[in-house]
Amino acid sequence: MTAGNWQSAGMALCMRHKGNVERHAWKTSGSRQAGKPRVSRAVATLFGISVILTGCSGGVLDPQGPIGAGNAKILLNSLAIMLVIVIPTLVALLFFAWKYRATNSQARYDPEFVYSGRIELIVWGIPTLTILFLGGLIYYGSQHLDPRTPIASDKPQLNVQVVALDWKWLFIYPDQQVATVNNLVIPTGVPIHFTLTSASVMNAFFVPQLGSMIYVMNGMRTDLHLQADHVGTYYGQSAHFSGDGFSNMHFLVHAVPAQEYSAFLSGLKARTGVLNADVYRKLAQQGSDVSESAFGHAQDGLFDAIVRQALPPGPGPAKNQSGGEPAIRPKAAPSPTGSASPAPQEKEGANDAR
Amino acid sequence: MLGKLDWSAIPFDQPIPLGAALIVFIAGLAVLGWISVKGYWPYLWHDWITSVDHKRIGVMYIVLAMLMLLRGFVDAIMMRTQQLFAIHGPGYLPPEHFNQIFSAHGTIMIFFASMPFMIGLMNFVVPLQLGIRDVAFPTLNSVSFWLTATGALLVNMSLVVGEFARTGWLPYAPLSELAYSPGVGVDYYLWAIQISGVGTLLTGVNLVTTILKMRAPGMGYLRMPMFCWTSLAANLLIVAAFPILTATLAMLTLDRYLGFHFFTNEAGGNQMMFVNLIWAWGHPEVYILVLPAFGVFSEIFSTFSSKPLFGYRSMVTATMFICLVSFMVWLHHFFTMGAGANVNTAFGIATSVIAVGTGVKIYNWLFTMYGGKIRFDTPMLWALGFVTTFTVGGMTGVLLAVPPADFVLHNSLFLVAHFHNVIISGVLFGAFAGFTFWFPKAFGFRLHEGWGKAAFWFTLLGFILVFAPLYVVGLQGMTRRLQHIEVDAWVPWIVIAAAGVAVMLVGAACQIAQLFLSIRDRDQLRDDTGDPWDGRSLEWSTPSPPLPFNFAHQPHVENEEPYWSMKQRVIAGQEPKTNRQYEPIDMPKNSPTGFVTAFFATIIGFALIWHIWWLSILGFLGAYATFVVFAWRDQAEIVISADEVERMDHDRTAARLAWLRRREQVS
Amino acid sequence: MSGQSDAMPSDITAGSATRDPYVLGHPSGAGKKGSGDQLATGHGEGGPASKFVTVTYGFWIFLLSDIIMFSGFFASYAVLANATNGGPTGKQLFDLTRVAIQTGLLLTSTFTAGLASLALERRSVIGTQAWLLVTGVLGALFLLLEGQEFITMIGDDAGPARSAFLSAFFALVGCHGLHVGLGILWLGTMMAQLWVKGFRADILRRLHCFSLFWHALDIIWVAIFSLVYLLGASQ
Ligand code: HEA
Ligand code: HEA
Ligand code: CUA
Ligand SMILES: [Cu+2]
Repeated sequence: MTAGNWQSAGMALCMRHKGNVERHAWKTSGSRQAGKPRVSRAVATLFGISVILTGCSGGVLDPQGPIGAGNAKILLNSLAIMLVIVIPTLVALLFFAWKYRATNSQARYDPEFVYSGRIELIVWGIPTLTILFLGGLIYYGSQHLDPRTPIASDKPQLNVQVVALDWKWLFIYPDQQVATVNNLVIPTGVPIHFTLTSASVMNAFFVPQLGSMIYVMNGMRTDLHLQADHVGTYYGQSAHFSGDGFSNMHFLVHAVPAQEYSAFLSGLKARTGVLNADVYRKLAQQGSDVSESAFGHAQDGLFDAIVRQALPPGPGPAKNQSGGEPAIRPKAAPSPTGSASPAPQEKEGANDAR
Repeated sequence: MLGKLDWSAIPFDQPIPLGAALIVFIAGLAVLGWISVKGYWPYLWHDWITSVDHKRIGVMYIVLAMLMLLRGFVDAIMMRTQQLFAIHGPGYLPPEHFNQIFSAHGTIMIFFASMPFMIGLMNFVVPLQLGIRDVAFPTLNSVSFWLTATGALLVNMSLVVGEFARTGWLPYAPLSELAYSPGVGVDYYLWAIQISGVGTLLTGVNLVTTILKMRAPGMGYLRMPMFCWTSLAANLLIVAAFPILTATLAMLTLDRYLGFHFFTNEAGGNQMMFVNLIWAWGHPEVYILVLPAFGVFSEIFSTFSSKPLFGYRSMVTATMFICLVSFMVWLHHFFTMGAGANVNTAFGIATSVIAVGTGVKIYNWLFTMYGGKIRFDTPMLWALGFVTTFTVGGMTGVLLAVPPADFVLHNSLFLVAHFHNVIISGVLFGAFAGFTFWFPKAFGFRLHEGWGKAAFWFTLLGFILVFAPLYVVGLQGMTRRLQHIEVDAWVPWIVIAAAGVAVMLVGAACQIAQLFLSIRDRDQLRDDTGDPWDGRSLEWSTPSPPLPFNFAHQPHVENEEPYWSMKQRVIAGQEPKTNRQYEPIDMPKNSPTGFVTAFFATIIGFALIWHIWWLSILGFLGAYATFVVFAWRDQAEIVISADEVERMDHDRTAARLAWLRRREQVS
Repeated sequence: MSGQSDAMPSDITAGSATRDPYVLGHPSGAGKKGSGDQLATGHGEGGPASKFVTVTYGFWIFLLSDIIMFSGFFASYAVLANATNGGPTGKQLFDLTRVAIQTGLLLTSTFTAGLASLALERRSVIGTQAWLLVTGVLGALFLLLEGQEFITMIGDDAGPARSAFLSAFFALVGCHGLHVGLGILWLGTMMAQLWVKGFRADILRRLHCFSLFWHALDIIWVAIFSLVYLLGASQ
């Protein structure tokens, strides 16, 4: 791989990940005030309906951490700003259409009314003002919810490395040197620093209730910071189409209290499975069958080797296909969505029906 | 000998596509048989297939678009029902089939339904509105159409012979690279789009030249009807954006065919470059679709409000503003790539600025209605349905332009709901509105109002029922392109959406019934005035259907609404001159060039898809020979004698004059 | 299409010359500046332009779109220029002498294409044909050298599959070469037409378009020469 020699103009347009790993060692641009996950009251009432419709069901309007709360807040605020102008517009449209119907002899017919400087001014001015206002929000939101910015916290952040495989998710805990597949366990209240890459094609790592998603790409590294404030099991999914097994790329995030998390770790460490380059290669074959879903030991530097492409990209269908179509079938259903159930410590999805 | 092609390319083991293909095949044979029995071939060949008349080509574009709309609709029905049946289960479509369906749906709807529909309307209307006799390059126009048809043919061929892409309507690398998509699906996509893309580009060149260089005397820029302005904008976008698509897809083709490494994982290829390039075309593309529709609605709002368009200059400015800004926002399709806060901010704000230009349009339509006398004929219903629902869809678009919101909505069904919300209300309603509005002009009889209104209400209701729930599940975190569903909270909404599709189906059935019943009852629906809606621009000054040369006398234009002011004068008792002299008219000669070119293009495309190299060489030779033969011909035009012009004009005009006098007496 | 505009007033303007009150988009009211055609003259005055103008205008627009396509390839080259994948770089590969000769050939051919246009103005069949022939031969020589360059590179394991940089290089330069090749084919066709049909109006138009095309290829080559070869060899 040609890591490191990448300084062309395209970088500004999000082509920057192609740099070597050091380039991505970020410059912390000040940490963000992780606001409490409280959506301003006025907005909340205004959108009560949509929250009722979608809340408590694992959606992005039912956030379980500071990032998700920030996303939801910006989302609802932007919507509110726009509704202020859009609702009157809709009302006026329907009202004028009704009032000036041809059969209404009451309404004045004024075919000469084809221009009015004052109206022109309003017509250009009001949307511009709205957009100015919204632009401020865009600026604020982009700066404060940049996925690369660490979450301010008195607790040290936990590092998790994520590799999108065809078609499952590999989670490596580099500091603990353990790894899981399709099953992420994190302690609540602790900021998580994800570094992400893909073994083959593009995917997006997305846990709706925790907030911001991010693309994962082969030979590149992206960064994401999330945090879960509440105990629970959250549904996660690849949000970027990646081939025939795409729909199977859902996983569960178990946010558990600190002690439970340590128990999980020690349980994991006791397992025998070792994740090394050979095992990784096997795992990178196409398929959603996760028979080996937890590794008591994960080899050091594996993630960096994938990013550097020292481990070659996943093989795709040509090599492991015995002919005919790859037999991708739905996995057995997990039981996801926002229920605050304690995290199962056993592996998930090992009962994959195939 | 046959490259990669063998019997395994035919999906004998998959009953659904095979059955569908069989039905289409039999239906096609039946139609061909019917044509043969009735002896329509010479008529079809001389009057349609080889025609270079912009009006006929426009009609053919729209027929193609309607067929493809139906195909796209069938795909949509399959997707919605698959998700209904695939809750905690496999459903009836395996992933490799489902993935082809959404890819084909997006591709067909954008490239082979919406584009041809809009281009068809532009082809038909623009020369008439400009007061001229044809487009700048009539034969090229026919080539454009037939190349588009070739692309559509290839996409539909993939249903039976081989497979279509399973990569989405934009084949993101590296998934679309040979390593991850070894089949012929992506190749079908690439060649179909490249071939029809040539056609689209030529249309762009043709219409830009027509609009900028061929207007009737007196028609300054600021006297062009709004539809011509938006057509100009759309075609400028075509000329500027389609070459980027050509280059991008050429790179992917080189990767797949010759082992290049533009976007591969290996050897330094850069997949992010694909994403940037494809959206540098893809974003302007959505405005290529919607701007002509804006033009249609402008005509309709003013006609049915019996008022000139409010704030004409403002509308022109807004159109060009949208045209320009649309090139500066492509990154909003991948805020989630991690570009950094400043880049995201810049593109987020640039994107939302488009809302200003669009908002101006909405408000000007609103004030066009203000003080008007609004008639609620079918075209006006579509326009009102558009303006209300589009406002909502545009608003959710601006929401997606807010990066932190997009971080949780990207690639969700919220996004899917956004773009259907703008595309269906904008483009599809625009197409239907334009169709009902100009149909009488093209064929001399109106469409059935009752069926049209029923079609509108069912389509509107179904549309809301399908896509409002998708907003909700999008907010619940449901991603797009899911072949099966595991989350129970989504289920009720998926059920509603499926019900909505059924309502839309009723709407489509009404639309088809409208067409057939109107043809059956054409004598009752006959319009011999040429001006069924009390129109305002020049196309309504011609008899319906217009004469081959459109105008026996080239109109002179003195203001923005030439035909309207003519009617005013007649009403004021100032008779138009009747005893005018006629002059001979030169018209371009019919030519099979377009059809033959497309024939060879089909061969080339098919041969390249299946790696049948000798056949593709033959195809290229044939295409070159066609080019030479065309260039060689001695006579490009035929002359219609003055007598002939007079005879044709007289009959058709008499009815109009009588009608105008009647109006005069009434008022 | 008949280019001539009708001197007779049409049914639309016949009748009265009073100003129309429905002047859109600006303050209405007769007599005021801004109504009628004082302000809105635009370009529509004389009616449709002549065939020659529309054809060349259309061809110009086509060329602009072609240039946009080339910018796509240029952009990809800029992005991938350093992605050599451990393989050879431009500095190691580019043979500036050959490229200089190529440039000379192409520039001369542009010049001779210009001479052909001049001969065309004089309606000299021999002169036009001769200069067109020279143009074509120069173009063919250019292609020959380019082919030689490509073959040498591929022979040295520096083909397009070696690295993304080389992919971008081959695509960009090859795309230009393809244009030159098609141009030569077109040129041959034009020479044959001229031979058989003489100076017919449509042939004059096409030859004019051809020379526009050929000049555009030259401009693109200059960009390739400086941005790809000179820059690449100096890094
Ligand atoms: C112009 C573009 C267009 C149009 C009109 C539509 C129309 C529709 N689309 Fe489409 N859609 C796309 C463009 C479009 N779509 C794109 C680009 C994608 C993304 C693909 C991808 O993921 O890669 C997509 C994806 C997409 C999905 C996939 C969502 C997912 O990823 O999970 C779904 C699922 O339901 C869907 C549904 C529908 C439905 C129900 C309609 C209905 O509105 C269709 C209704 C159709 C009609 C009403 C027409 C009826 C026909 C006639 C009436 C015939 C005309 C005849 C006469 C006039 C006589 N669309
Ligand atoms: C006809 C097609 C069409 C149109 C017109 C639009 C219009 C707009 N679109 Fe949409 N868009 C698509 C088709 C279209 N889009 C498609 C197909 C995709 C997805 C492709 C894919 O991924 O497969 C997409 C995706 C898409 C995204 C990417 C989201 C993502 O992938 O995560 C974004 C983000 O910014 C966006 C934004 C906008 C905006 C801001 C507008 C604006 O132009 C809307 C402007 C209109 C209004 C705002 C309403 C009227 C205005 C007023 C009444 C004035 C007052 C209002 C305000 C001041 C707010 N669109
Ligand atoms: Cu942007 Cu990788
Ligand atoms: Cu866009």
